[in-house]
This record gives sequence, C-alpha cells and structure tokens, in this order.
Amino acid sequence: MILAVIVGLAIGTYAFRLAGVVLRERVALPERVQVLLPMAAAALLAALAATATFYDSGVFAGVARPAGVAVGALLAWRRAPFVLVVVAAAATAALLRLAGLD
Amino acid sequence: MTVGARSILGDRSLVRDVAALGLAVFAVSISFGAIAVAAGIPAGLTILMSLVVFAGGSQFLAVGLIAAGNPFAAIFAGLLLNARHLPFGLAIGEVIGTRWWQRLVGAHLLIDESVAFALAQPDPVRRRLAYWATGCTLFVLWNIGASLGVLLGNVGDPARLGLDAAFPAGLIALLLPTLRDPTVRLVALTGALVALVTTPILPAGLPVLLALTGLLMVALPRRTGPEAAS
Repeated sequence: MILAVIVGLAIGTYAFRLAGVVLRERVALPERVQVLLPMAAAALLAALAATATFYDSGVFAGVARPAGVAVGALLAWRRAPFVLVVVAAAATAALLRLAGLD
Repeated sequence: MTVGARSILGDRSLVRDVAALGLAVFAVSISFGAIAVAAGIPAGLTILMSLVVFAGGSQFLAVGLIAAGNPFAAIFAGLLLNARHLPFGLAIGEVIGTRWWQRLVGAHLLIDESVAFALAQPDPVRRRLAYWATGCTLFVLWNIGASLGVLLGNVGDPARLGLDAAFPAGLIALLLPTLRDPTVRLVALTGALVALVTTPILPAGLPVLLALTGLLMVALPRRTGPEAAS
C-alpha cells in the first residue's frame, strides 16, 4: 500500500513537471501570454516564501522564523552576499529559540 | 557538457550560493528520513520516495497521511501541493534545454530552488547553468540526507538550528532582483498576499496556486489604462 502511494505520487509529480516543460515547446503561446510566464513563476515563488515564513502545516509558525526571515530579507535588500542572508536568517531564528522565544 | 561543467565550477559565486541553500536542504532531508522511519515507513521505501518524488513538502505531507492511515489522501494532497510544477515548467521550459534527454532528466530536477536560482540569472546561458547546477546538487544532497536520516534516526529538529528560516530567506534573496521591475513586483506581492490570506482556510497547495491571480493586476489595469492616463 505504501509502495502504491509512492508510485502514484511520483508519477503524478513527474507528469506535472514534464507537462509544463513539454507544453512550453509544443504550444505556440501568444506574445502577451509569454510575457506573463516569468511573472507567474515570480508570483508562485513569492507565495511560497511568504507562506513558508508565516505558516507551518497551515498554522502560524511563531515569531522566531518570521524574525529570522526578516533579518535575511533586510540583508538581501542591502545587497549582502547570499550566504550571509541564509546564515543570518537561520542564526537569528536559532538564537531567538535559544532565548525561549519561538 | 564539459564546457558546461567547467563554467559551473568557474562560477564560484554560484557554487557557493547553491551550497549554502543546499546545506539547509540537506539538514531537512535528514529529518525527513528520520521522521518517515519513525512513522513506520520501511527504510527502503523512504529512500525510494526521496528519489522518485523529490519534492520535500509533499514527502512530509504524504508520510504524515500514511501514518494517519489515509493513503489515498496522501496521493491527492501531495499532488495538489506539487501542481505548481506545471506553471513552473511552462515558465522555464526553455531554460532546461531542447534535447529530449535534457527535458526528461531536467523535468525531474524541477524544484522551487532550481527555478528560483535560474530566474535570478541575467542571461540564458547562466540561467541554464544555474538550473542544472542547483537541481543536480540538491538531488544528490536530498537523497544522501534522507538515507542518513533513515540510518541515524532522529538527530534533532532542524528548527533548533533555525534552518526553517533559511529556505524563505534564500527565496526572497533570489527573487529581489526580479522584483525591481514594478510590474513583476505588483504581481508577485499580490500573489503572496492572496496565498497568505487563504492558507488558514484552504488545503495545502491551493493557496500558492491562487497566487497566480496576481497576474490579474497586469491584465486588468491595461484595459483601463488609456482612460486613466487621459
């Protein structure tokens, strides 16, 4: 039964992935729609970042994670190196939790 | 491909950036392996799931639902969460390559991180390099991590190291250059807001898909634009 779930999930997920990639090639999209595609990806990524910042499995993630992400976002905005952004975000969240703030 | 491999290694900033996010992903995959085994998924099937699904969120969700005795929900909920890969593929299908093997292999490497790293690059050559470098690196790390988690068991919650903040912060850093364009910024921020507001009331996956409604911000004002200008 578990194997069936894994196979079903794997086939479906790969189908989604391949469908987008192949459709892009096969379907002649009008210029107006083509311009929108990178924006669609940006909207999806922004939504992923926002929901992953504030929610954990659909409930509020607490204060430590959003605070860490905010520090990282501020650094990114000030054009800090990517590695610093990621490390500072994690360190802020970890230190806040160590201090008992979650 | 040797030219490609050499350029990837020659691009030290890209290697460093991918490695930074890769380490956070690695820690999460260790915890995935440990949690799956603790939930009663056999070791071999846990590793198989990581190899063939290769989508973290849906793997955690599926393990939880299998453990709760709800295998059909595990498939449907996981697929709803992964439906975003279709619009991602539409957006960056050209980036992956045009040969059939590039599409078949490259499609499996389509993850949030490979899309974000690719879109953050300024030209087509670098976009392709970034996509493949990110996808391959994270695929290897994700599966080594899951196997380690299976072997080691629970070595600790990645949240104690703050690693749950690393993924959104990394995504934001990769998105910022694209968001300098006011139109893209309006679309993306509207989408993010829609996802945030709907997350508490909709099943996982749908809120992020609903972020596509942010595109209406481009479609609608154009029609009223000339009148507003006059």
